[in-house]
Amino acid sequence: MNEQTAEQLAMVEMVRDFAATAMAPHTAAWDEEKHFPVDVLAQAGSLGMGGIYVGEEYGGSGLSRVDALLIFEELAAVDPTIAAYISIHNMVAWMIDAFGNQEQRAAWLPGITAMTELSSYCLSEPGVGSDAAAITTRAVRDGDHYVINGTKQFISGAGSSAWYLVMVRTADKGARGITAVVVPAEAQGLSFGANEKKMGWRAQPTRQVVFQDVRIPVGNRLGEEGDGFGIAMKGLNGGRVNIGACSLGGGRAALEKSIAYLKERQAFGGPLIEKQHLLFEIAQMATDLELSRTMLIRAAQALDSGAPDTVKLCAMAKLVATDAGFQVANQALQLHGGYGYLSEYGLEKLVRDLRVHQILEGSNEIMRLIIGRLAVER
Amino acid sequence: MIMKGQSMKIVVLIKQVPDTAEERTLVPATGWLDRDAADNVVDEINERALEVALRVKDADKSTEVVVLAMGPDEATKAIRKALSMGADSGIHVLDGGLAGSDAARTAAVLAAALRGTSADVILAGNESTDGRGGVVPAMIAEHLGLPLVGGLNAVELVGAAGSGKVSGERSGDSGSLQVTAALPAVVTVTERTAEARFPNFKGILTAKRKPVATLTLADLDVAVTVAHAVVVSHSERPAREAGRKIEDDGTAGTQLASYLFENRLV
Repeated sequence: MNEQTAEQLAMVEMVRDFAATAMAPHTAAWDEEKHFPVDVLAQAGSLGMGGIYVGEEYGGSGLSRVDALLIFEELAAVDPTIAAYISIHNMVAWMIDAFGNQEQRAAWLPGITAMTELSSYCLSEPGVGSDAAAITTRAVRDGDHYVINGTKQFISGAGSSAWYLVMVRTADKGARGITAVVVPAEAQGLSFGANEKKMGWRAQPTRQVVFQDVRIPVGNRLGEEGDGFGIAMKGLNGGRVNIGACSLGGGRAALEKSIAYLKERQAFGGPLIEKQHLLFEIAQMATDLELSRTMLIRAAQALDSGAPDTVKLCAMAKLVATDAGFQVANQALQLHGGYGYLSEYGLEKLVRDLRVHQILEGSNEIMRLIIGRLAVER
Repeated sequence: MIMKGQSMKIVVLIKQVPDTAEERTLVPATGWLDRDAADNVVDEINERALEVALRVKDADKSTEVVVLAMGPDEATKAIRKALSMGADSGIHVLDGGLAGSDAARTAAVLAAALRGTSADVILAGNESTDGRGGVVPAMIAEHLGLPLVGGLNAVELVGAAGSGKVSGERSGDSGSLQVTAALPAVVTVTERTAEARFPNFKGILTAKRKPVATLTLADLDVAVTVAHAVVVSHSERPAREAGRKIEDDGTAGTQLASYLFENRLV
């Protein structure tokens, strides 16, 4: 579809080397011990991964969304959990870069792009997920401050992050009453729930973020009151492509492991790869991943060029890639037989990690809703 | 020696070699390396030498780091990698007449290329992972009349032209040596020096804007000589034979001990 440039090849090579040395030897232990490797994230930040498509002025790398896609695929081929956290962090960094004023960008971006200060995206609430326009966390203006009360749910990085980009309600006007604010970790009244026990993504913390009379300056607001829903959705367009790339990377790792295993494993008088029905499984997995890659590149190019069908392409790419990533990983586990079920072989972790990609950044049902509405409107 | 300002100039010698992670082979007809058989990368030991130079530059931004490579067209890739890691500029000695050069010729050509650079330090790996001769840096030092401070596990470079010195630790068979020499000098490092950094995205993007000078033999004051060392013949490594298996019927210990004894392994 498009040849990679010499720079893209060099970037992919660097990310692959980084993931192989700094991440690969530890991913199983991080998963088992629920260890969030903030030191490794800072190292990733020093290499430019904290603000991949953030402008260079405040420490971003100034790369394209297509470049980001390649980077997340490589990271996720080693660990979808860490790749996905970096993708969320990049979504927040971009939102601050795109919608923040000069003063806000100068204050927040240097630490965020360096990943010495991590960030979290706070939209979902205990009672509000897919129906994001219905959020109830409220910010009330009090002079030069907002006073925030409410609870955010399923927040990646919560408790470890320095900055929380929070969607709050400033008016009872549905989606138009939502405002985006940035809350520092040290704000009075901010607290965190327990680290959730979950199926996958164990190497990054997921907690509730609780706001109890949290006062922040009005200067911490991104854009104007009422802009928040649009900002949140624009962030998610890119987030969807990135999480799709994480599924692609994880799926690719599962496919590569399967090919190696079927070549080596002997049964019924020969290597399993000689069984045509298993070869056909490999063919389907490879095709599904290539289809995902194609959709993701189209969506990333749409984001880069600001194409009018960006929302649709991002939703389609997210749907296709996250379904494919999970199915490929699950099939890879099946192809490995009993060994696939053992943690040591790394397949079951891929399945656990990739499963949630079908749920978050807008569930795949919501992707169908977006695509369907866009298809029938006019 | 040319006197300059306070800043130090370091030239790092880099060599493109087949990736050690892959199967490396020779071309049967010539006995030369088959460069198409494996991915070609910057030799890891050169990356460590570059890391030593870049750390000097980290501490003093005025340090100038130049990488010098002799090799075919695609050695450009190795130079770009070094530039993306932080070197300032590159010199590529590229000439079809250099194919099949032996160590002596390589050293003569590199020394000729180095004469124009007025380097305070010439840094290299102690031996490449392909040829493993380990003699080129010493030969270069001889050509240039510079001290060779070879095989250092740790390097300290201080001062600038005229007053600088290199010191470091070298492991010997019976202990370790602390060695020091005045600059300019040729310095080589072992794989025990610091691990090389990854290039960051910014480095990768700026690498293509950094200058790379290409020199041919005509640009260098060096006599055209034939290779003195040539590959006369070579053969493939014999396939490994299966080892002897000892089944434990209660006497395995005795059998093992006598095997070791018979083969003078104990």
